[in-house]
Amino acid sequence: MKYVDEFRQPEKAEALFKAIDNLAAPLSDKLARAVHIMEFCGGHTHAIFRFGLEQRLSKSVELIHGPGCPVCVLPMGRVDDCVALAERPEVIFTTFGDAMRVPGSQKSLLQAKADGADIRMVYSPLDALNLAKKNPDREVIFFALGFETTMPSTALTVLQAAEGNISNFSLFCNHITTVPILESLLDSPTFNIDGFVVPGHVSMVVGEKPFATIAERYKKPMVITGFEPLDILQSLHMLLVQLQSGKPCLENQYARVVQKAGNIPGLMAMQKVFELREKFDWRGLGEIDKSGVKITEEYAAFDAERKFAVPNLKVDDPHECQCGEVLKGEIKPWQCKVFGAPCTPQNPLGALMVSSEGACAAYYSFGNTKELLDKRQEARPTK
Amino acid sequence: MCLGIPGQIVEIIDAEKKLGKADVSGVKRVINLACIVDEDNPIQSTIGQWVLIHVGFAMSKIDEQEASRTLQLLNELGEAQREILEMELKQQ
Repeated sequence: MKYVDEFRQPEKAEALFKAIDNLAAPLSDKLARAVHIMEFCGGHTHAIFRFGLEQRLSKSVELIHGPGCPVCVLPMGRVDDCVALAERPEVIFTTFGDAMRVPGSQKSLLQAKADGADIRMVYSPLDALNLAKKNPDREVIFFALGFETTMPSTALTVLQAAEGNISNFSLFCNHITTVPILESLLDSPTFNIDGFVVPGHVSMVVGEKPFATIAERYKKPMVITGFEPLDILQSLHMLLVQLQSGKPCLENQYARVVQKAGNIPGLMAMQKVFELREKFDWRGLGEIDKSGVKITEEYAAFDAERKFAVPNLKVDDPHECQCGEVLKGEIKPWQCKVFGAPCTPQNPLGALMVSSEGACAAYYSFGNTKELLDKRQEARPTK
Repeated sequence: MCLGIPGQIVEIIDAEKKLGKADVSGVKRVINLACIVDEDNPIQSTIGQWVLIHVGFAMSKIDEQEASRTLQLLNELGEAQREILEMELKQQ
């Protein structure tokens, strides 16, 4: 496929692995530890594992998998809200497939569906809007989640619903924003990341400026990155060159898709339909100021939270879960107490085990689980 | 969640609703073009254009020149790496 195959050529990857090794080794010697690079986006995490990049990197570079999987950071209380909405008899609840298996405090959407709730997986928010047109006697709710990448599509769908006077369509809005969470990580005193692989498709929407500002303020190398293996390797190389030169800035590796100003029509639609929430709750990380959006007053008629009573209860994560520490890069997924047993992709306790973009699910599916669990056993104090 | 797939716009279906058809690996799909159309870029001008598709929307045009520039940089890096390797081999 054009724009895919040429960014997957193995012989070019070989050269990049070597170039990365050459740059990383002296940097790692100087730091007396591996160079820590965080990929923020779950799409990058998925690609890194799918193409086995991590196993091939030298020990001088360590990849830390950040909190950029929207399904994984969804708090349990919000899943309960989804289930409560979906179980209303008049409601058809529509969602992307990834969200189906996220555990709530009582059940997941998949279990609610098995119990009789009318829950349907859709590919696009526009499919949900079409369902509303076809079922005028039902209330169709679309579970809007994701970072800025998915916001233009839901905003434009709401605008279409408003234009067509579709009154039985609404959004349960759980969109989250990238910059506040990145800042909250960078402000944490224990956070030691040397550079960032910046989400390519969030940047495609918001443009370069928000990340350029962070790179400048925190003096951290940042590279906007595409999702093919050569994109990621080239980006790592660019980050290491920046670290070597001691001149951190924002660079754009993914210029074939990301324009400097972002996507103007998309941003305009977002501005009409969404406004920042004062704060939003993240699984494992707690409440973060201005890290989510809600629907503006003008489009209140399309807001499921205003239209229906939503329980909106805060539910603590299972106490044995260490999702928060994994999200912040403080421990590796396999170092979590419940990784592999009892927490597995088939029966996830924590959200990081649910989505194929979650770090734990990636380690479980693509790593050697037995070897990792033995390593955890060895690392434990013996007394 | 955040991934996309490249496709080429082959047809405009409804200019008012900004709907078109894209060829994605030989399969034709209806996609919304609202994010790549504005006053300077009328909808008819998008035919033949490669775009990144995400949840039924064309989210961005793919810039052919930038794509080849990236590949060019990758090639140069590969060549530089080969030269370093050859130098090292000679020194041994």
